[in-house]
Amino acid sequence: MINAIISLAVMGAIFGIILGIANKKFVVDIDPRVEAITNALPGANCGGCGFPGCGGYAEAIVVGTAPLAACGPGKDEVRKKIAGIMGADVGESKERKVAQLMCNGGQDKAVSLYEYEGILDCYTAKTMFGGPKVCSYSCIGLGSCIDACPFGCITMGDNHLPIIDYDLCVGCNKCVEYCPQSVIQLIDASKLVHVRCSNRDKGKLAKEACQVACIKCKLCEKNCPEGAIAVVDNGAGGLAEIDYSKCTNCGICVNKCPTNAIEKIMPINIEAINKEDTNNTQSSVACNNCGLCK
Amino acid sequence: MNMSTFKGGTHVPGYKELTQGLATIPAKIPNKLYIPVSQHIGAPCIPLVQIGDEVKKGQKIAEGKGFVTAPIHSSVSGKVLAIEKKQHPGGNFVNCIVIENDGKEEWAVTVQPNSNPEELSSEEIRKIVFEAGIVGLGGATFPTHVKYAPVENKQAEFIILNGVECEPYITADHRIMLEKPERIIAGLRYKLRSTGCKKGIIAIEENKLDAIEKLTKLCELEENIEVIALKEKYPQGSEKQLIFACTGREVPVGGLPLDAGVIVNNVATAVAVADAIELGIPLIERITTLSGDGIKKPANYLVRIGTLFSDLIEESGGFTGDIDKIISGGLMMGKTVFTDDIPIVKGSSGIVVLKKQLGVDGKEYNCVRCAKCVDACPMFLEPTTIVKLAKRGLWEEAEKNNIMSCIECGSCVYVCPASIPLVQYIRRAKLAIGAARAKARSNGGKK
Repeated sequence: MINAIISLAVMGAIFGIILGIANKKFVVDIDPRVEAITNALPGANCGGCGFPGCGGYAEAIVVGTAPLAACGPGKDEVRKKIAGIMGADVGESKERKVAQLMCNGGQDKAVSLYEYEGILDCYTAKTMFGGPKVCSYSCIGLGSCIDACPFGCITMGDNHLPIIDYDLCVGCNKCVEYCPQSVIQLIDASKLVHVRCSNRDKGKLAKEACQVACIKCKLCEKNCPEGAIAVVDNGAGGLAEIDYSKCTNCGICVNKCPTNAIEKIMPINIEAINKEDTNNTQSSVACNNCGLCK
Repeated sequence: MNMSTFKGGTHVPGYKELTQGLATIPAKIPNKLYIPVSQHIGAPCIPLVQIGDEVKKGQKIAEGKGFVTAPIHSSVSGKVLAIEKKQHPGGNFVNCIVIENDGKEEWAVTVQPNSNPEELSSEEIRKIVFEAGIVGLGGATFPTHVKYAPVENKQAEFIILNGVECEPYITADHRIMLEKPERIIAGLRYKLRSTGCKKGIIAIEENKLDAIEKLTKLCELEENIEVIALKEKYPQGSEKQLIFACTGREVPVGGLPLDAGVIVNNVATAVAVADAIELGIPLIERITTLSGDGIKKPANYLVRIGTLFSDLIEESGGFTGDIDKIISGGLMMGKTVFTDDIPIVKGSSGIVVLKKQLGVDGKEYNCVRCAKCVDACPMFLEPTTIVKLAKRGLWEEAEKNNIMSCIECGSCVYVCPASIPLVQYIRRAKLAIGAARAKARSNGGKK
């Protein structure tokens, strides 16, 4: 009994000393700023900054390889905090960007090529003759972007086109990267006029494939007072494209477009997710709009 | 009889009685043929002809760049009408050279019988095989000349001719073994000579006893050719499983059959090789089985490449009422196509037309963790685990579980009591991993 107590006490003392030395000798210096920045970031780990999660971004900032204003969800408030921690100037704040779907060819408008049976994944459907719609540029409509969105701001509409909630969208770029058809783009929230078509085939083919396709008639190009919209020809057909730096949201092209391929949306609340008067009940920048609090 | 086989796999009903006793019929040559410029693994070919050109039977009309490619020849003599995009049995839209058949059947001047095939060097044999546009006719369409190209420090010991044909419904290889056994052996001899292999094996499943007997008899006098009968099991026709069944060797993960000292080829490919070497005929026709309960008269057709599915179906008397699915290839690994307006390509071993099956709702239920898929997997993977990861988009973890070794044979889906389309999830994950690897490669290249 006594022997056991003594031997255990001696062993404890020896190990304690070893651990104590090891703690001093092998100590890893952690920059306290990394932790501070990680705490300041929204914590959604959306990856929109291009780094592996918020922790990865924080480390990159401290090392100096990342810009201070790369966090999309965090907005100005987070940028100011980071700037404060790093003791640097935050610079110009970027305008909020939201995801826009560049296709309006839902099940009711686009001509179907075949009936798709299988797992609900756009990539899988794309391997089957480029998707279940005749238009090979269109939104496939199986909702892979919904799974990709870390903020739950995309829902599926009745016509099997995703609906993006601009108030919740933080511009993290996830859906843009995930979409196999590249029909989602990130565009400044202040821009309201969009060409809801990605078909680059000739007008006749486009019209056969979808009721609301851009038929390359150039009416928008001729009527735009700012010269902001033009049919960019790629040789095989082309597509009306808006130069957003010139567009003034006047909406003349929307009225002129014979197929309603151009659409003007209701103004988006530019600071939507940071204000309390929106649908969100929270005001904290750390909120990632998961909706659990409701 | 003590017959060898591989581990894992499943027993799928063959449905071969529909066509296995029917002799091959030369299919009617249609007036218009659509020859896709991509009929092999590798980059698509570039057309050598222009609209309005006159072409002869066997004339080269498209060729590709690089090593892994196979030229494409005209199946008929006639005129090039157009080069247009058309559905391809592989599940995409591919440029097709449309040729109007003039019915004269004139051979091109390049098609000349070889006066002395016994004296060709291995280099020359490979060149002829390449020029004839021969690809693996089992369905994978891997260019044959690439398989025979010598690789440093690797010498193949065996050539296995694959006459297993484990896919349900398809009997194209069975018929070619019964109808052209001498040509198969002739082709195998050229292959053995060109690669310096010691031994040739012709592997046949036990459900084709007549073919086994016939080939065994013919091979009695051949010293270095052996016919092996294998137990009936799916997917025995898959390269890696066949190698194990015949030689007991395993191909290492991520390796090629050559790493196990084996080259595998289809029996129909051997016939094409013999035709190309002795007669100079390029690959312009193949045997295709048209079968299934949705077709009036199932049959084996000798068909020209570029014939439309609809032409063959019409020749067989059309559909028996409402059909549910047209499958290009076999039932297990073939691709469902949405129309019969699709040309037959070098890899089209069969077309299966099915009527609506009763009691099949196609609904996916939850995994009950019965591990039937684990037992069935011939690659010794854990499909249930891999799919769980793939469903969550955890591509890297799936890769660690060797998802890239999956041969997509569909054994797991066949045995799954919860009807989970495991292979679809696995294909999705493989696409993502492939894209990630390509991205990593291009990034690495930049640095």
